[in-house]
Amino acid sequence: MADARSLVKRRAGPRLWLSAGWIGLVVLAAVFAPLIAPQDPLAQDLFLGRMPPFWMAGAEPGYWLGTDSLGRDVLSRIIFGARIALSVALVAGGITCILGAGLGLMAGYMRGWVDTVISRFIDIWMAFPPVLFSILLIAVMGPGLISIIVAIVVIDWTRFARVIRAEAMGQGVMDYVASARVVGRGRISTMLTEILPNVLPTIVVLLTLEMGIAVIIEAILSFVNLSIPTDDPTWGGMISEGRISINQAWWVLVFPLIALFLTVLAFSQLGEGLKNRYDPVLR
Amino acid sequence: MSEELYRVEGLRLSLPDLNRKPLWGPAPRNEILKGLDFGIAKGEIIGIVGGSGSGKSTLGRCLVRLLEPTAGRLLFEGQDITHLNDAALRPLRRRFQMIFQDPMSSLNPRHRVGQLIAAPLRLHGVADVRGRVAEALDLVGFPQDMASRYPHEMSGGQRQRVGIARAIALRPDFILADEIVSGLDVSSQAQVLNLLERLVKELGLTLAFISHDLSVIRRLCSRIMVLYQGEIIEASDTAALFGQPRAAYTRELLDAIPLPDPDQVWA
Repeated sequence: MADARSLVKRRAGPRLWLSAGWIGLVVLAAVFAPLIAPQDPLAQDLFLGRMPPFWMAGAEPGYWLGTDSLGRDVLSRIIFGARIALSVALVAGGITCILGAGLGLMAGYMRGWVDTVISRFIDIWMAFPPVLFSILLIAVMGPGLISIIVAIVVIDWTRFARVIRAEAMGQGVMDYVASARVVGRGRISTMLTEILPNVLPTIVVLLTLEMGIAVIIEAILSFVNLSIPTDDPTWGGMISEGRISINQAWWVLVFPLIALFLTVLAFSQLGEGLKNRYDPVLR
Repeated sequence: MSEELYRVEGLRLSLPDLNRKPLWGPAPRNEILKGLDFGIAKGEIIGIVGGSGSGKSTLGRCLVRLLEPTAGRLLFEGQDITHLNDAALRPLRRRFQMIFQDPMSSLNPRHRVGQLIAAPLRLHGVADVRGRVAEALDLVGFPQDMASRYPHEMSGGQRQRVGIARAIALRPDFILADEIVSGLDVSSQAQVLNLLERLVKELGLTLAFISHDLSVIRRLCSRIMVLYQGEIIEASDTAALFGQPRAAYTRELLDAIPLPDPDQVWA
């Protein structure tokens, strides 16, 4: 008889729990930011400038993670910054994934001239230096959330396209594709119902990695002041501001950095965790 | 002779040999099938034997039109299917099915058994898909809960039975079995062959059985066609072929069958 591997329920494991837990927390913070943020993230009070976090001497009650040089609450700014970080991660990551994976799937499965066109396009695209390319794009489009998302999509779709193309090529020569032809399944339908389920685990891992990368790119662009107008709190912007006063108020730099680090790590671990938990072939 | 299901006339197939392609101009072509003529009668079990590289799998793939012949004619119930395109072939596809050599590769690893069998049925708009899947599982001797398994959770013999179930679920007229037992151990081989033999009788199928192993062919087939380097060198009834092989190559193949008693001759 067949073995009973499918009957064994695989535990989600600490990797999935911790990463999903942290991302859930960030999502909650982003959605309910006005309700849970203890202070107005934009309110300045020069008398409260550079207050240390709550466990240090001289901390101001109500400002848990201290304040920056303009007296703005660090915790509230991190909570509001989660909104931008998450929208960039989800929207930019999602669009990048659909565009790149779609083109890669077509190139790898259809081969022939479709592959030639898409592959040459990728090669040319990847020859542009990405950082200069994104700075140029934002200089032309003007800073703002949309520009950041466009920049990330435009730079990173090739990452998906290349990996998924190679995966789809490997799957395309398997006999189950020939077997779909024998029963008369069309090419597009074969691509979506036979090949796609087999490259999906890779797509999920790449997508979660991409979400982490999107958060980092947003932070980098904020750091060089090419992101959102500086009033809006972003993690990258906070890190950039905190750098100036690192000797007087380290907490302005360190806390957003920790939030950024944990979020990026959580995204990449979430992908691996989901794959281990839900891919039937790995059971 | 009873009615013919397949009629093959002067079938040729060549593929470009890209390894020897000159810098400019077309690649030289590798002749794989060199003008085959034969017919397959309804209800017949025909064995196609030959060594590695003899073109037997290529011939099989032409019969189910996974490959397009370069010359010659391929008639299925009198209809010329030699150069039909995919769209024109689609309605015919449910009438000729194929079982593949390696079930691990020919069963999509991320589909459950039930889905694997149901997908072709849905594609052809068959009514009562669930009933047909249950029936197909029954025919290959599986309990119904097998439908929820993934291919990697089964043994090689079981996987091959899924391949058979998928092929017969459409109720085709013709099934091509391409080396379907060569990856299995001897007891699973026997099981799969018994099953196939029973199904062919029960469902009135026509079967082309490709193998390099004459002892397997002998067990199953009524007529044998020996292929050597893309040509048919011998075609006759099983008994005649085993009794008086005419071609030297056939004798070689026969001699290659391991016998319990080395002095024994084929009866």
